[in-house]
Amino acid sequence: MDILVVLEDSQGSLHRLSKEAIVGAQQLGGSIAALAIGDNASEISNVLSSYDISEIITVEDELVSTYNADGYTEVVKQVIEKESPKIIVAGHTYQTRDFMPRVSAHLNIPFIPDIVSLSDKGFVKQVLNAKLNATISSNREQIILSFQSAAFNEENIQSGSCSSRYFDVILDASMIRSTSEKPFQESLGDVDLESAELLVSIGRGIEKEENIPLAFDLAEVLGAEVSASRPVVDSGWVDSFRQVGSSGCNVAPKLYFSLGISGAIQHVVGMKGAKNILAINKDKDAPIFEIADYAVIGDILEIIPKLIESLKNQ
Amino acid sequence: MKIAVLIKQVPGSESALPLNDKQTWVDESSVTYVMNPPDNFALEEALLIQEKVDDVEVVVVSMGPARVQKVIREGLAKGADRGIHLEENEEVETDPLSIAKKFSDVLKEENFDLIFSGLQSDDTGMGQTGVLIGEILGMSTATLAIETKLEKDQIKIKRELESGWFQWVTLPFPASISIQSGLNTPRYPSLKGIMGAKKKEIKSVLQELNTDQSQNIDNIFVPQTSKQTEIIETDADAAVDRIIEILKSEIKVF
Ligand SMILES: Cc1cc2nc3c(=O)[nH]c(=O)nc-3n(C[C@H](O)[C@H](O)[C@H](O)COP(=O)(O)OP(=O)(O)OC[C@H]3O[C@@H](n4cnc5c(N)ncnc54)[C@H](O)[C@@H]3O)c2cc1C
Repeated sequence: MDILVVLEDSQGSLHRLSKEAIVGAQQLGGSIAALAIGDNASEISNVLSSYDISEIITVEDELVSTYNADGYTEVVKQVIEKESPKIIVAGHTYQTRDFMPRVSAHLNIPFIPDIVSLSDKGFVKQVLNAKLNATISSNREQIILSFQSAAFNEENIQSGSCSSRYFDVILDASMIRSTSEKPFQESLGDVDLESAELLVSIGRGIEKEENIPLAFDLAEVLGAEVSASRPVVDSGWVDSFRQVGSSGCNVAPKLYFSLGISGAIQHVVGMKGAKNILAINKDKDAPIFEIADYAVIGDILEIIPKLIESLKNQ
Repeated sequence: MKIAVLIKQVPGSESALPLNDKQTWVDESSVTYVMNPPDNFALEEALLIQEKVDDVEVVVVSMGPARVQKVIREGLAKGADRGIHLEENEEVETDPLSIAKKFSDVLKEENFDLIFSGLQSDDTGMGQTGVLIGEILGMSTATLAIETKLEKDQIKIKRELESGWFQWVTLPFPASISIQSGLNTPRYPSLKGIMGAKKKEIKSVLQELNTDQSQNIDNIFVPQTSKQTEIIETDADAAVDRIIEILKSEIKVF
């Protein structure tokens, strides 16, 4: 096999980024095998049976019935050692961030993470807070890659058929050094951001807690809800259920009014489905402007109060 | 107990980022540097443990050219006991495996019980160095901690998963853990701390450039936008007028 795609089980179904990783693998070209691990491995492999890949490898063992980093590392390591793929790919998810560096360390295979596109010279990755892109290459015979959300479109998956087989792993309990408890979800707020039509969203550009009422005032005159980037939540300025992004919620409003948000990928994945993105930022090179429909270059602390005044007069 | 905190010096979020002549990285001479923000949270977490538990030594460790001594001093001023500087001369390495091996060589003899690192750096964003080092040194490892609880011979951490999910994981010592931003409020150094930091030890270990990088940044460039964006760059009053027009006639919010 040329490429091994390590799949992710997202509560019983195939993770969206795993599908995108298969598209990435198809674009890299060569024979592709996909690896499904755990209790849901056979259900996940059923989803894949209509894709154009060579085969699905499933691993089931009680020590990896659900995700734990030590167990997964060992499984992926054994599959790589036995099958010698040239390229190992996965979606750049939290889980990949967690176990892939371990695989890299154990097998001494470089891990190039968070790739946004392929170029003929190498792999393109965002650097310096997404203000610049870098082309990265490796002279090694084996490499590990992870693809950023939306690097590839799952609709471009090529269909076909593939076979499936079990892979026997040799695991024993001593390999699992840490104890992982069952995942849980923290209590949700009383506002449903995910179905909000209009969102006024604030970032670190709001500068201090005293300025937060500005956002709520603007939201009130517009009939919108307030959402925020992570640093605003981390500072304790708004409740955590208002956070948009990879560790918060996914929103798709008619208007996403972004105020003083830079547009980091972990934020953007949660809001790029918005129908209209209107962004104010004082930095004309802020990455948020790359996805905005309207880019206002200016100071929110100057513009918002005037905007509230004018809206009240409408 | 000994805790190492890995700290990187990175361009600040407001820094100018002109490309260097070869277009392989930014022109270092025009950059203003800061402590990588996630590392600041990692340092704070170690200092909080030091305040709560007897006999904890906190050591800040950074790799880079002479300029990185500034963030090591900053760590010392906040309360770390000593510093280790893996000093690079000419080119700054970006290959995580090579960097991790260098850290491991230097940290091996120190036998740290815990290594804390920020979950990723704001410059290259590789997000793996802390885990690589831990694995090379045979430690237990975990990522994305947003809460830590020290127990006897082990540490319990709350890990952040996707979309508001969490998980508790218990790791036996020694452990290398990457820390997610926001789990504490990093302190500012006091004047006394700043004065005291001048007397604290920073051990420098000169690094030779590894010419066999397992991955390499060949060039950097400004990303192209794909979307049609209307750019509104005028004074605040005109901007407000245009925004109201957009809300009313184009997005039809009211
Ligand atoms: C694993 C992981 C998960 C993450 N999950 C999330 C998540 O779910 N959600 C999330 O949002 N982030 C998340 N992050 C953090 C993310 O990477 C960014 O750090 C964060 O989104 C930045 O928030 P910000 O844009 O508010 O702040 P900054 O990046 O600091 O940007 C502030 C912006 O405000 C502008 N500004 C400053 N003052 C003014 C002014 N007066 N007027 C106008 N503009 C001004 C600046 O030019 C700048 O662009 C995550 C990171 C990681 C690594």
